[in-house]
Amino acid sequence: MTPNSSTSEVLAEPGAAEAPSPAAPIPEAPGPVASSWEIALTFNEISLSSFGGGLSAWSREMVVARKKWMDDPEFLSAMTICRILPGANQVNLAVFVGTKLNGLRGAGAALTGLIFMPTVLLMGIAALYAAFQRSHALQHVLAGFAAAAVAMTLQMVWKTGRTTLTSVVPIVLFAVTFVLSGVLRWPLWGTLLVAAPFGVAWAWRRAHKRITARAAAGAAR
Amino acid sequence: MTLALALQLCSVFGITSLLAFGGGNAVIPQFEKMTVHVYHWLTPQQFTDSFAIAQAAPGPSTLIVSLLGYRAGGIWGALIATAAMVVPTGLIVYGIAKVWDKGHGEKAFRHAFQDGLAPITVGLILAGGVIVARHAESTWAQVVMTLVATVILCATKVNPLIVALSCGVIGYVVGA
Repeated sequence: MTPNSSTSEVLAEPGAAEAPSPAAPIPEAPGPVASSWEIALTFNEISLSSFGGGLSAWSREMVVARKKWMDDPEFLSAMTICRILPGANQVNLAVFVGTKLNGLRGAGAALTGLIFMPTVLLMGIAALYAAFQRSHALQHVLAGFAAAAVAMTLQMVWKTGRTTLTSVVPIVLFAVTFVLSGVLRWPLWGTLLVAAPFGVAWAWRRAHKRITARAAAGAAR
Repeated sequence: MTLALALQLCSVFGITSLLAFGGGNAVIPQFEKMTVHVYHWLTPQQFTDSFAIAQAAPGPSTLIVSLLGYRAGGIWGALIATAAMVVPTGLIVYGIAKVWDKGHGEKAFRHAFQDGLAPITVGLILAGGVIVARHAESTWAQVVMTLVATVILCATKVNPLIVALSCGVIGYVVGA
């Protein structure tokens, strides 16, 4: 075991603790670190939990809620970056999170954790599928899993919405994006072309106002 | 596994993955064209079955490529197809993530970018959920099950795995 990996395990544990301490969130500069093994195991768990779908909701559940490797804004923006880039979104997201936690090794660990067991399972399922595909019972069970996967996704909307849709502008951005993408079925690039400039400009102005306000407060003191 | 087949697998899945803007499912039609109609690795029915399996099975649905590769060239075919699908795009994401994470100097912009994209992503997730629900949910029982499960997941700290398994059991019982 290299000194580096033992340190990272020590670092990862407090991050995973549930304590809702009022202390500032994990300081920005180094960010949370995790061992390759922990990353691989986590993404393996994410992957195997997601029968019927709901993979991004499971990713958030583990990465944000349980491991606290990222906060919601960071995770959500990573999701959108990974959607913009070519390739499968969930694979990209795993690589993104893995890279942040442990560089190239973390990326490889996340990728392997995400796809190794499911690939093995798929081979087995494919062999069995021919025998069971006409079984109504199986279809009903799968319909149940699909319902749960949609519920997982809606739950993610609720949980991330509560932390990010905190004033009028983000709520409007959220609603416009939903209508463009979900109702009018605009392609991703079109939706982002309309919504993203407003979103970033809003967040940029808000950050500047805060800085100015803080500077003014400092000056007054 | 011949070298020619290995190269065909690399080109079909490697090139297609780099064109997969908008997620893995956006390239399903391209996969169907190449594996069924151009190279005849699968019958149309086998392709449809592979899609259904990959959707329902745990893990990213993009792993349909390992099933397609398996039909083309056994275990090695599955490995090559999967690697061709995830490695090139993975390297791109790795590069971007590296740059993104290193951008400490531009912290203010990075935060604005993150905070600005977050509500948009929530909208995209809801849109995705609604679109999937429209495809996958054919009965009222399923819709009710989804709504009840959503409320349980939002309001309690129950392990989502228990909710998913319960939905599978209820689907079996209600359907039977």
